[in-house]
Amino acid sequence: MGASLHSPYAVRFKNNPVQRTLKESDTQKSGSNPSPTLEAAGLRKHYGRTQALDGFDLTVAAGTVHGLLGPNGAGKTTAVRCLTTLTELDEGTATIAGLAVRRRPRAVRERIGLVGQFHAVDEALTARQNLTLFARLSGLSKPKAVQRSEALLEAFALADAATRAVSGFSGGMRRRLDIAASLVLTPAILFLDEPTTGLDPRGRATVWQAVREVAAAGTTVLLTTQYLDEADQLADRISVMDHGRVIAEGTPAELKRRIGGDRVDAALADGGRLAEAARVVGDATGAETSVDRDTRTITVEVADGGKALTSIVRALDAASLEVDDLALRRPTLDEVFLHLTAPAEDRDTPRTALTSEEAR
Amino acid sequence: MTTTHPHPVIAAAPGLRDRRSNALREGWLIAGRDLLHWVREPWGLVFGLAFNLMLILMFGFLFGGAIEVPGGGDYISYLLPGMFALAMLFGLEGTMTAMAEDAKRGITDRFRSLPISSTSVALGRAIADLANSVLGLAVLMVGGLLIGWRPTTGPAEIALGVLLLLWLRFSLLWLGIFLGLRFRGAGATTAVQVLVWPIGFLSTVFVSAETMPGWLGVIASWNPVSATATAARELFGNPTGVTSGWLAEHAVLAASVWPLAITLVFLPLAATAYRRLRR
Repeated sequence: MGASLHSPYAVRFKNNPVQRTLKESDTQKSGSNPSPTLEAAGLRKHYGRTQALDGFDLTVAAGTVHGLLGPNGAGKTTAVRCLTTLTELDEGTATIAGLAVRRRPRAVRERIGLVGQFHAVDEALTARQNLTLFARLSGLSKPKAVQRSEALLEAFALADAATRAVSGFSGGMRRRLDIAASLVLTPAILFLDEPTTGLDPRGRATVWQAVREVAAAGTTVLLTTQYLDEADQLADRISVMDHGRVIAEGTPAELKRRIGGDRVDAALADGGRLAEAARVVGDATGAETSVDRDTRTITVEVADGGKALTSIVRALDAASLEVDDLALRRPTLDEVFLHLTAPAEDRDTPRTALTSEEAR
Repeated sequence: MTTTHPHPVIAAAPGLRDRRSNALREGWLIAGRDLLHWVREPWGLVFGLAFNLMLILMFGFLFGGAIEVPGGGDYISYLLPGMFALAMLFGLEGTMTAMAEDAKRGITDRFRSLPISSTSVALGRAIADLANSVLGLAVLMVGGLLIGWRPTTGPAEIALGVLLLLWLRFSLLWLGIFLGLRFRGAGATTAVQVLVWPIGFLSTVFVSAETMPGWLGVIASWNPVSATATAARELFGNPTGVTSGWLAEHAVLAASVWPLAITLVFLPLAATAYRRLRR
């Protein structure tokens, strides 16, 4: 927090109870044994007959970026909505910065920032007007709201577009404005619900950069995503979610180890020599191969993709096997899920699946 | 803080907040957003105002010549207070559409995730829409004066007339907020846009109930819009088109009670619908 003390925006007010409580939580945060910024246990929420959250547990340590990874319908958005007081929980306890979400929603809202799935900024207004509005609604006086808005526009590379209507913004710019609007009060935790869904690669890159800067500034972040590489790029820890609960948790490296490493896909030019090629690739990598006859593709799961790729190329070349395409890729989310829920065939009981796998 | 260069702005300390939450201030700020819309995208507003003026011209001159007011009196003088009341009813669509759009676009969720009072969003809508209606009423009145409408009473009566018109608009705010939150689909908005027409026409806005078939006249007389229109006519000193019956004696009372009843029903329903967003 050193930077903030010297920042011109860190205006101090005497006898301000709001500030005092925030400072207390700050002290906790920088203490030797920091308590988690977010703790959720046994969260349940149903919509009609759909159990959107079904015993959801999550702990997010202060100052970390936590990724919540899962497919559509896993319950990520419901989890975020419940944790940010937008949706009422059926059961369970959740605290943010030590405050009970269900009992003290107002106090919780003072300490959170939320970037939801929609671009929740006003299209007709300019970037500056949006930020000033949200800053004033967050309790800043007009001059301070203007000052804070300018600073945030600058920080998120939106200063040049400050006077333009948001309706003309690219997806990435809108997202960044959305993130800026959520940081007016410097929250204890920033929630980002699928921040890059629907963005082009360039927009995604700028949003990733924004998230990294938020994290570098010491703000705790909970980020939901459908993309493994996004979680991998941004998160310190990842919770994999399915059917309303967390089915696996760990650092990206831990999860990858559990999921298995990289994949190499080799598409053969000659479909007639698939079996032979599979044997060659298997021998070169010492790993089991799978063959897709329709695409003439041999897939092999390896720990170190770079090294494996070289040996595969050498082996195929030695056997005079011609390839149309050779690709190194990360496991897809589908593969992650299939892996995490295997060997149980019934995907409704992922817990059992994980336990049996861990017992191995 | 393991990473390099923490951005000083993003890291800015808490303690910036220097205002306690206050529903009135927040409502005002949220309403200010609508006022900015008018400035930035004025065509919606201008078209809305022009539409009401067009209705006056159409009914005043196109149909007006063929319409006789029971009890005597000039049709333009009869029509204008009715049009004022109709404009209040038409405001309902605006309230509903704005509420539904904000909820759909996630703006309402953004507001709900802020540390503001739970009444601020509705209050903001109410302030903005009332401001819109005051402006609409002013434009209609100026337009009316230009085509020969004249209030003939004193300032106190005129003020009370205007107040009763806005009282009707105020009550319809809660109906609009309720409908906007409860039925968010595009179909619902269209349904209301269509339904305000028969509701508006099944009143004494354009013609006196006494010229209608008996049963239809009864319905038209009991329409809240008719109560307000008749009260406004009375208070502005314009022909009322009502020569007998309960409404002839008690128009101001009816124009006070109807909106009160609507408010008493739909204000709690609107509040419940807002709370239900948490489900």
